[in-house]
Amino acid sequence: MTVVVAYAPDRYGKAAVDFGLALAQRDGTNLVVVNATRGDAFVDPRYAQPDQLAELQTMLAASPVPSAVRQTMGADIADQVIGVLREVSGSLLVVGLRHRSPVGKMLMGSVAQRLLLDSPVPVLAVKPGQALPS
Amino acid sequence: MDSLDLLLGGLGDALTPTNLMWAAVGVLLGTFVGVLPGIGPAMAVALLLPVTFGLEPTQAFIMFAGIYYGGMYGGSTTSILLNTPGESSSVMTAIEGNKMAKRGRAAQALATAAIGSFIAGTIGTLLVVFFAPALADVAVKIGAPSYFAIMLLAIVLVTAVLGSSKLRGFIALFMGLTIGLVGLDLSTGQPRLNFGQSLLADRIDIVIVAVGIFALGEALWVAAHLRTSPLQVIPSGRPWLDKDDWRRSWKPWLRGTALGFPFGAIPAGGAETPTFLSYIVERKLAGKDSEFGQGAIEGVAGPEAANNASAAGTFVPLLALGLPVTATASIMLAALQGYGIQPGPQLMSSQPDLVWTLLASLLIGNTLLLVLNLPLAPLWARLLRTPRPYLYAGILFFASLGAYTVNQRPFDLFLLLVFGLVGFAMRRFGLPVLPLILGVILGPLMETKMREALSISDGDVSALVSEPLAVVVYVIIVVALLVTVFSRFFRRPVAADVDGTSGS
Repeated sequence: MTVVVAYAPDRYGKAAVDFGLALAQRDGTNLVVVNATRGDAFVDPRYAQPDQLAELQTMLAASPVPSAVRQTMGADIADQVIGVLREVSGSLLVVGLRHRSPVGKMLMGSVAQRLLLDSPVPVLAVKPGQALPS
Repeated sequence: MDSLDLLLGGLGDALTPTNLMWAAVGVLLGTFVGVLPGIGPAMAVALLLPVTFGLEPTQAFIMFAGIYYGGMYGGSTTSILLNTPGESSSVMTAIEGNKMAKRGRAAQALATAAIGSFIAGTIGTLLVVFFAPALADVAVKIGAPSYFAIMLLAIVLVTAVLGSSKLRGFIALFMGLTIGLVGLDLSTGQPRLNFGQSLLADRIDIVIVAVGIFALGEALWVAAHLRTSPLQVIPSGRPWLDKDDWRRSWKPWLRGTALGFPFGAIPAGGAETPTFLSYIVERKLAGKDSEFGQGAIEGVAGPEAANNASAAGTFVPLLALGLPVTATASIMLAALQGYGIQPGPQLMSSQPDLVWTLLASLLIGNTLLLVLNLPLAPLWARLLRTPRPYLYAGILFFASLGAYTVNQRPFDLFLLLVFGLVGFAMRRFGLPVLPLILGVILGPLMETKMREALSISDGDVSALVSEPLAVVVYVIIVVALLVTVFSRFFRRPVAADVDGTSGS
């Protein structure tokens, strides 16, 4: 029983981590945060840099839930997340949802959509500003 | 002043709307490729060479000048914001520039780099205006033996003095010289090294060698190392300087210019040595309790000025002697040859319009660089998010298109692939690219001069040392070689590792 969070260093990623922590605490399980990149550009704003990782670690450390952070690199973001999900036998996947323009989706695809369709376990899709489970 | 009149005439010619447009295109393209690490100005000029065959020579050169200066400047943006120097010449900028950016002074670092580049480029170009004609006047009187000696000096210095490994440098040089031999002998018309293949008899076009080594080689190398941890680009606003920054910057700008120009102008050019020296000088002058090590603006201003001044300096041997000393200059020389213009001391008298318009367009390109790039800096940083597959697919497309356009024969695409693999292997084994390109370009020129000297003397080898200038140059070569050999015993070389893969 493990909650897996697909994370990027922005407010959507933070919302996903907040929900993941709350759920893991409620169910008494542990939490794995995955931050993936394709690593094929010089700069990827959705790959956590050392200072952003430190911030995430502080956030995780403030909660009693045992947690771990994974940074992975590979051809496909969704495949990497699902790979970690299987590896740690995750029971729930939490993703943050953002608005995408039709053109943006056509060009770059949508990681969240791939995860919703391909995940072997239930997916919880959250948005910033939604009330956390008690 | 005679030169000034000619320069003003050149400015008049260069300031047409069409030419201004090509200058702007060149500056934007140059900055575009300069910003992306791994794609240097040499590669950009090589890729665009075939495209410009449809243009007038003047317009093509205006564009190349823009690309050259733009590429020089673009490298500083990546060095400062990403700590990844795009060119070997911006290694020094990265040291203090990135520390400034980390302290939240990215805008000032970008501004001092841009304004320093502008000032150094302008002063440098004006110096070219005064030195190149004078040197060309002397150079027309130089005989074939001395000319041969000077070219030998250029390739030996570039190979032995720059670069971290002499052996690798010479391997690359001799590969280049060999490629330069392929095809019909220039004076007797006998086929050489063509393996009985009539398609090779035409000699191998330098465009194909350059595009293969720079573009295809780099694309294959990147494909082999596709995934690397992304870096963080430090956000920066619009570059600006306050009064204190101006006060601290202007002296390093001028000192950097003074250091950079002569190093660009001598045949051992390249911006690596002067940028390094400028950094050392500024650190010494700043004293112990300076900001050096935590992001000193002097450490950005000096090397960036030296970098651009040396880029300007390389035009002195290029225009006055037909002697390229950097990869970009070599390819510009190839472009000249593509237009049927014989580079050399006669260039200034036979093609005055071209030369003066080019020099004037360097000044214009420099100004455009400042005007366009100060406001665009944050936009350039976003370019770094482009995934490599998209970027290199485009490069491969232009490389193949360009190689095919040169002679419109499919065999050249095969040659392109061969040189692409050579370029990949050179990157894999750490061979510098510059000696190879110089070898391909200067090899045939040297051969012509040597055969000329020998046929005048009826095959007497002593003719090669019959001119005093030639003897002096040979002495310099020997001294330079001895110094590089012996300096090894006294101290470890401290200069930054200059591999020249991206060229400058």
